[in-house]
Amino acid sequence: MELDNVMLSRLLTSATLIFHIIFATIGVGVPVMIAIAEFMGIKNNDSHYLLLARRWARGFTITVAVGVVTGTAIGLQLSLLWPSFMQVAGQVIALPLFMETFAFFFEAIFLGIYLYTWDRFKNKWSHWLLTIPIMIGSSASALFITTVNAFMNSPIGFDLSDGKAININPLAAMMSPAMPTKVFHVIASSYMTCAFILAAIAAYAFLKGSRGAYHRKALKLTMVSAFIFTGLTMVAGDLSAKYLAEYQPEKLAAGEWHFETESNADLVVFGTIDENNEVKNAIRIPGALSFLAGNSFDTEVIGLNEFPEDERPPLWIHYMFDLMVTIGMYGMFIALLFLGLWIWKKGNPFSKPVLWGIVAAGPLSMLAIEFGWLYAEVGRQPWILRGYMTVSEAATKGDGVGITFVLFILLYMILAIVTISVLIKMFKNKPAEAELEKRFKEEN
Amino acid sequence: MTLELLGITVLWTFLYGYLIVASIDFGAGFFAFYGKWTGRDHLINDLISRYLSPVWEVTNVFFVFFFVGIVGFFPDTAYYYGTALLIPGSIAIILIAIRGSFYAFGNYGSKDNMFYLFLYGATGLLIPASLSTALTISEGGFLQVSGDKVVFLAGELFTSPYSWSVVVLAIVSVLFISAAFLTYYANRAADDQAVTIVRKFALFWSPPTILASFLVFVSLREHNPQHFQNALNYWWMFGLSLLFFLIASILIYKKRNYGLAFISVMLQFLFAFFGYGASHLPYILYPFITIEGSVTNPIMGQALVIVFIAGLLLLIPSLILLMKLFLFDADYVKGKK
Repeated sequence: MELDNVMLSRLLTSATLIFHIIFATIGVGVPVMIAIAEFMGIKNNDSHYLLLARRWARGFTITVAVGVVTGTAIGLQLSLLWPSFMQVAGQVIALPLFMETFAFFFEAIFLGIYLYTWDRFKNKWSHWLLTIPIMIGSSASALFITTVNAFMNSPIGFDLSDGKAININPLAAMMSPAMPTKVFHVIASSYMTCAFILAAIAAYAFLKGSRGAYHRKALKLTMVSAFIFTGLTMVAGDLSAKYLAEYQPEKLAAGEWHFETESNADLVVFGTIDENNEVKNAIRIPGALSFLAGNSFDTEVIGLNEFPEDERPPLWIHYMFDLMVTIGMYGMFIALLFLGLWIWKKGNPFSKPVLWGIVAAGPLSMLAIEFGWLYAEVGRQPWILRGYMTVSEAATKGDGVGITFVLFILLYMILAIVTISVLIKMFKNKPAEAELEKRFKEEN
Repeated sequence: MTLELLGITVLWTFLYGYLIVASIDFGAGFFAFYGKWTGRDHLINDLISRYLSPVWEVTNVFFVFFFVGIVGFFPDTAYYYGTALLIPGSIAIILIAIRGSFYAFGNYGSKDNMFYLFLYGATGLLIPASLSTALTISEGGFLQVSGDKVVFLAGELFTSPYSWSVVVLAIVSVLFISAAFLTYYANRAADDQAVTIVRKFALFWSPPTILASFLVFVSLREHNPQHFQNALNYWWMFGLSLLFFLIASILIYKKRNYGLAFISVMLQFLFAFFGYGASHLPYILYPFITIEGSVTNPIMGQALVIVFIAGLLLLIPSLILLMKLFLFDADYVKGKK
């Protein structure tokens, strides 16, 4: 691996995105969970849910701050590290980039209002109504920015002549074939991940001895949400695979180590691959890849051999794909287990193994987000604009990418450490029970 | 109005918005740290945090809006500025990241953490300095273009009297704008002790602001004579700016009409900023990028304008609501809500 500008720009962009996506995911999903909790609290006049919403919102402020600053970083880094790409993108895809800023603006305004008006309205529903523009803003941000990414995967709505974009159609560029499935998958998986993270926190508190009604309700609420959102994520994932089979077959083929074009293609699960592209130690599910690609075992799946070698993505993305899918399955399993035990009252949904399983699901879901993005992004190598511009043509020719890389890595390390310690300190010093007692005393 | 002129006016207006709200924010961070350092934090820090907490994120959006907008309207800027500003731009991002996150860590997490407050206060002065380099570079003379390579002449920038005069102006303006606003805000809160302190800040930073402005003019004459000549055509705008500066300073000195004083400060910077911007045209980056030569294609331009208007229809009522709740609600300002 040569550390030239192209490689360093890729590494720095990856580092920023890997770090940012944690906070971006939280930023999209947690407002929904807060809104649900506050809704339940007001509707049932239940101070437990109201406190839940408040405590989530309090932690959320910290993650929002880090999300905002790292989002600003990636926004500027796009122009700093990929100036030639942004010159083209500025002509073709400026519209969704611009709209994303509006969505962000909208969310920022109402989040500020929401966080500082808990006790300011006579009618409790007025405060709850503020969550609607926040959810719209955060999910719309995700929608528009994913639209930009979808365009990079399936560019449409322009022609390129001598490095200049002509015949531009901004709306067509937004409505790229990759857009619907990508947006659906991103939003559903963000909701899912946040539900599991909040469930993991509740489960952990439960394991540490907080077994009151507050934590029971928190667990039930988050696990029901997680179940629904995981289901949606799986549907979205399935649709995404079908999109890939049709429009970006090289990404699916590299992810599945599928070399020969054939129908009734096997799905390769895990395993290893040697330099002769010989797959070993893998579990092969006969015909499953064809089924995944087109809902029928007869579907012909295009193999990697159809593509010139210098236009193939690296084969290690197979592991990213497998890990993402496996974690998704695990999430569904643990949600079903918990809900099953709870609803049919056989066994104990609050037993230690189940709770530890839920604790694991939180960080695992976040990892799945990272794996999924790595698969999606590395899977379109060597292109930055698939079929139009490679990453090496787009990278900056300026000096100093190396030192910039080091500085940003330091920044992200510091932010990670301080964020975690601040969040832990915030909640450790103020257990839910004590706060409940203090804040809702007159009601209880 | 042509599309490119409309585009740059919109963007310039947003940059002006950022200049005002960010200055209040940056300066307030510095004053909060200074207040703590000198043991007067109980007098002013609550007041500052009451204003900043609900709005700091919005401030950040103004900035994001500007740079996303300029790449959208004038895609060539991404190429030239992107290549040239790699290091200064990255430093600015890092400072903004430290500031934003440590504000949240300090304000919501570990209150009274002196180190967090220091990072937050110090970066508040470094950010305007680093952002102002982009404006300095736009005057030309700091970039060398050979073939497809754009080289940033950092040495030139560091030894240029013009660039240093802009940095000085940026920092003192931030402190002046912020202090003028806080004086108004403290007065609304009927917090006499706080008014005494922040009013002194405002008076202290008032003369340097106008001195630095003259310094920028003088050094611009040396650095970019053509721009300087253009600026003379807009002398009346700079004249009005000076007038409003005097009105603001006198009002604050006489302890009268702090609200009007702050509006005068806003007008002072409005005329100076737009006078500077207008005389800079048609160049965005002298002499490589002009607004005509780099504007995006008309279809995208129109789409952006439509979205912009739709966005404003959404934003303006929301911003008014935000201000009503946190800026003009007397009880909130006094800390009763």
